[in-house]
Amino acid sequence: MIAVVDYDTGNLRSVADALRRAGAEFTLTADATLLRRADRVILPGVGEASSAMAKLRERGLDAVLPTLTCPVLGICIGMQLMCLSSEEGDASCLGIFPTRVRHLRTGLAETPGLKVPHVGWNTIEGLQTPLFEGLPEESYVYYVHSFAADPCAATIATTEYGRQFSAALARDNFYGTQFHPEKSGAAGATIIGNFLKLQR
Amino acid sequence: MLAKRIIPCLDIRDGQTVKGIHFEGLRQVGDPVELGAKYASQGADELVYLDISASEEGRRTFTDLVTRIAARIDIPFTVGGGIASVEDAGRLLDAGADKVTVNSAAVRNPALIDAIAAKYGSQFIVAAIDARQVDGRWVVTTHGGKRPTERELFTWARETVERGAGEILFTSMDHDGTKNGYPCETFARLAELPVPIIASGGAGTIDHIAEVLTRGRADAALAASIFHYDEIPIPVLKRALNQRGITVRL
Repeated sequence: MIAVVDYDTGNLRSVADALRRAGAEFTLTADATLLRRADRVILPGVGEASSAMAKLRERGLDAVLPTLTCPVLGICIGMQLMCLSSEEGDASCLGIFPTRVRHLRTGLAETPGLKVPHVGWNTIEGLQTPLFEGLPEESYVYYVHSFAADPCAATIATTEYGRQFSAALARDNFYGTQFHPEKSGAAGATIIGNFLKLQR
Repeated sequence: MLAKRIIPCLDIRDGQTVKGIHFEGLRQVGDPVELGAKYASQGADELVYLDISASEEGRRTFTDLVTRIAARIDIPFTVGGGIASVEDAGRLLDAGADKVTVNSAAVRNPALIDAIAAKYGSQFIVAAIDARQVDGRWVVTTHGGKRPTERELFTWARETVERGAGEILFTSMDHDGTKNGYPCETFARLAELPVPIIASGGAGTIDHIAEVLTRGRADAALAASIFHYDEIPIPVLKRALNQRGITVRL
């Protein structure tokens, strides 16, 4: 069973719809026991990092998620929460991926014309398997975000927007994408399919 | 590199796709879910569904339709038409919409933008602005271009961004439906704002779209009839834009 973490950050529907299109069975839950029993866990998320992190803590999930041994996929804010920290609301995060999340404009001197949020289709480079199995370099995926994780040892794909950031991260059984595979057409369906095929 | 987006727009009345010329003489062009799926498979980067139903029943039908679109379509889609409250926006979010557009209601009540942005984030709200030129000045209009307002385009556009709009969808009512091209200078001025600009109204040829994405510096081009009547199929358009050095998702 796939567990989609339901921690009241809204809009689980797009992930649920994508799983249905992939023919996968899933349950929406915040129950620690169910999460520990799941074959796979997806941590979605929209909204603001520090309040999303607070919602994980309220449910005790900050202690549960890093101890899971099944494949776990964080999407967008879900991925950001798996990093060390986020500049957004000065949030201390789960520390699964050894990198920090910063605003897209942070550290850039002058960025005339850099529109934030970064909205639309951008390319991913330096793709590593197994998550990107079957996808060519410079595939397009869909982004909507203002904050991004710096490249680090766990980076398995990058995108350039103002600066280079981690498009996706992986460490042990943990995976994360800054983009939205559930909204990325055929490329996104391939990535979700690869995640669903990962061996425990 | 961030790609320029091509966005087919589907006008929906009572659950069916229609496209009007100057918003009159509406004619039916197909099932909205099927048409959207066809565009997505052809390479559309996003879809916009605008509800132009007049009745309560039509609005309920539209919400059901949004649920069916969300289940089927694997690219982002925006919905609009008659959104007048945070509750309207929330209902469409729950039904599966990725973004909403606000138009007339925001002109009447600009705080609506702040309220939706505060609750759901700027990425969820697109300010749709219709305007026409009156004595050389761009006047914001409502009700499908019929009612001029006191507002001036550039001032209003900036205000919508300051209030939290994450994108602007601008339609020149002087150009909409004419197929004579977009007012590129006007778009280039809007492009100075720190949010993406979607150009709408006036596309008749590939050149028009190429021009608004380059000279007009628009981030996306939205069109309806050229796609609905297969005058310019999306794959043909995107290949042609690519050949002209415009970054598009192929």
